[in-house]
Amino acid sequence: MGSHGIRDRVAIVGMGCTPFGEHWTRSADDLLIDAVGEAVTSAGVTLDDIDAYWFGTQASGVSGLTLSRALHLPHKPVTRVENMCATGSEALRNACYAVASGAYDVAMAVGVEKLKDSGMSGLSGTAMPGAGDDSRGEITAPANFSLLAPAYAAKYGLAGEEMKDVITRIAWKNHVNGARNPRAQFRKEVPLERIRSAPTVAGMLGVFDCSGVSDGSAAAIVVRAEDAYKYTDKPIFVKALSFVAGPADGLLDPAYDFTTFPEVVASAEEAYRQAGITDPRAELALAEVHDCFTPTELVLMEDLGFAERGQGWKDVTSGAFDLDGSLPVNPDGGLKAFGHPIGASGLRMMFEAWLQLRGEAPAERTVKSVAEGRSLALTHNLGGGPGECVSFVSVVGSQLTE
Amino acid sequence: MAGLIAYGAYVPYHRLARTDVAAALGGKGGKGTRAVAGYDEDTTSMAVEAARGALARDGLRARVSQLFLATAAPAYLDKTNAAAVHAALGLDPHVLAADMAGSVRSGLGALVTAARSPVPTLTVLSDLRIGLPGGSDEVAGGDGAAAFVFGGHRNGAPVIAEVLAHDTVSDEILDRWRLPGAPVSRVWEERFAEEIYVSLADKALTAALDHAAVDIGSIDHFVVAGLHARACAAVRRTAGVRPEAVTPDLAGAIGNAGTAQPGLLLADVLDRARPGETIALVVLGDGAGALLLRATDALPAHRAARPVASQIAAGSAPMPYTTYLSWRGLLDREPPRRPDPEPPYAPPAHRRTGWKYGFVASRCEKCATRHLPPDRVCTSCRSVDAMTDEPMAHVRGTVATFTVDRLAATPSPPMLVVVVDYDGGGRFRCQLTDATEVDAVIGARVAMTFRRTVTAAGVHNYFWKARPVRTGETEGTH
Repeated sequence: MGSHGIRDRVAIVGMGCTPFGEHWTRSADDLLIDAVGEAVTSAGVTLDDIDAYWFGTQASGVSGLTLSRALHLPHKPVTRVENMCATGSEALRNACYAVASGAYDVAMAVGVEKLKDSGMSGLSGTAMPGAGDDSRGEITAPANFSLLAPAYAAKYGLAGEEMKDVITRIAWKNHVNGARNPRAQFRKEVPLERIRSAPTVAGMLGVFDCSGVSDGSAAAIVVRAEDAYKYTDKPIFVKALSFVAGPADGLLDPAYDFTTFPEVVASAEEAYRQAGITDPRAELALAEVHDCFTPTELVLMEDLGFAERGQGWKDVTSGAFDLDGSLPVNPDGGLKAFGHPIGASGLRMMFEAWLQLRGEAPAERTVKSVAEGRSLALTHNLGGGPGECVSFVSVVGSQLTE
Repeated sequence: MAGLIAYGAYVPYHRLARTDVAAALGGKGGKGTRAVAGYDEDTTSMAVEAARGALARDGLRARVSQLFLATAAPAYLDKTNAAAVHAALGLDPHVLAADMAGSVRSGLGALVTAARSPVPTLTVLSDLRIGLPGGSDEVAGGDGAAAFVFGGHRNGAPVIAEVLAHDTVSDEILDRWRLPGAPVSRVWEERFAEEIYVSLADKALTAALDHAAVDIGSIDHFVVAGLHARACAAVRRTAGVRPEAVTPDLAGAIGNAGTAQPGLLLADVLDRARPGETIALVVLGDGAGALLLRATDALPAHRAARPVASQIAAGSAPMPYTTYLSWRGLLDREPPRRPDPEPPYAPPAHRRTGWKYGFVASRCEKCATRHLPPDRVCTSCRSVDAMTDEPMAHVRGTVATFTVDRLAATPSPPMLVVVVDYDGGGRFRCQLTDATEVDAVIGARVAMTFRRTVTAAGVHNYFWKARPVRTGETEGTH
């Protein structure tokens, strides 16, 4: 028994990503057709070259038919996967394993979500079924993640205003990055004071502390590493894929203190082991993390090992995770500014790693770390909420390990 | 000896100031406040809270043989509301649970039935009074519940008030009525029934006094309840009791809770009556009834943990009149842009009755970890099917973290949500009710309360919420 990574055994050779946003005139089919089209063009292949598909969506369709019908795929295996907000990452993980196993030569991971058609605020279209006796009680996603803020502030001695400053800084940073991204949902910088004084949605969280509710799709083509250069000069090699579903005991167990996601800690440790990373803050060129709400990103900086426990807020404040910081986090704007169509987000994160590691990101948001010699990127995706969540961590790199 | 062995009262937290009604609608306004059932309360949930108070004493719950719920505002028709109360109290399945629902007089009926009953009987009086905006039923009405356990037959529970006598007279009289489905009552010209009621009260009281061989001048607490305010006042004035024996009707502070009013007034008297004192309760409505009780030496040691007066004192600052109207469905407000709430499904709700209604969690037999909700697999040692029931309704807790959800669909936004760590272990995330944002803080002490969380697709969803433990509430009581 044991977990065996597939370091350097598969590579991503093509990717596509639609702009994320309010696509009132386009359907989920339209979006995935565009993302898939861009991916095959980028890899220089046609759909006939794809042997199998892993398709991720939370609520914009069921079964493989959602993809095969839209593309009229001729009798290909299509597996629909769902793992809440980590759905896109889960599709990629399964496609990678399918190729690594030798079962297929070329696999595609596709993620899509159409949230705006519901007409509701927030993730209403993706409500999780409860126990059926309705004793759990409805709590919205921002409320769920806002539980982190008072707990973190109390544990590390931040006054309410200080805590608000920290999360405001995170939102501000991600809007700065998103403003430099033509595919992002929100493409304007937002002044700190406007973020800070925005109407509150839940707890300490204002509207600018919440990720964008949007529509979008992204896709990736996966091949064996040894085949990668047949498709592109700049493949991205998969170094680590790690996924955990937690025991969901944080809402049962008073020992859980709402200042960490133990699931993220576990999945990060496993990913670093697979990738051979010992100092993520120094070794990674960039990280795309699941900033569904601003306190989430703060806690993730500590859980992913980018900051010491209780010190993450200082690193946030000092700009360590800014575009020009020592470890750029969410250079594409993150869920905050890029938008968060559930099933697509994990693949969108990978798309940013793809662009940055290949040196193809727009100049105004290209991270310096790649030119300085770093070649690894991390993507992190979680679903659920504090106390009960799933977490995915990948590490990808532009170089094969010697 | 037979008699009353326990009682409890429930006055909801919220208040409406009568001057605010006048300020909104014009007119002179009135004095004082009325009690207002929360947006998450109905006669069933208030009945549960009152009955929990009555059954707080160790061992009493197991003695109850039947349960009657009296209300003029039943949460359901066809379906027995007392069954939900029965489930929330965790009573034995063989305990009869039945409604006495529809008329305000059912409160008197339930009291007398319980007093006469040969088996220990829990009787709960609960009402939620609605009038049209600005009308006298709105401003004079009130919401609340009271519960009484009569019995003491061969079961060792001390009698706190002996039943000396009772009498009822019935009379078909069209002074107040409400068609099924109508939200509010209609009343005949008030002076019409006044003389009739005074006469009926005299008949019932005289019969009871004669039966008990008690002189009217020796009554120490004279309680008169009924929705006909003029008639009640006349009975108080003319019955012949000593003036100092006439008890206040609490209308200024909480209004008239209709079916529950005789229960609330009686509970208030029991909160302070001294051993040996005689209590006469007269109830008007479609006739009259009289119940004579004498407090025993056991009363002071077995009073309700939450006296009526302290619940009145612990009431909220007056709520906005518009909030009251929207809670009662008289003012339709724009809902949030969220999906309609889901109703509970019948089979899972039935499978988990102990949890959903009784707030019965589980405790691992191997490692003693508490699980809310009950689990089959222990979250700590992962033992399977090694759990015992763990009633949690009476256990208090401390807020570990919290939020204010301004997006969630709730009749009273914003929704307050707390993660509660219970004394002795266990954690649960739930709503915080009877509270404002200042009450949602880390470290706040909370107690559990039975509520109607939402009504969706015509189904009431009952479940438990946390409420702040108010100053003056002693630890160890609920």
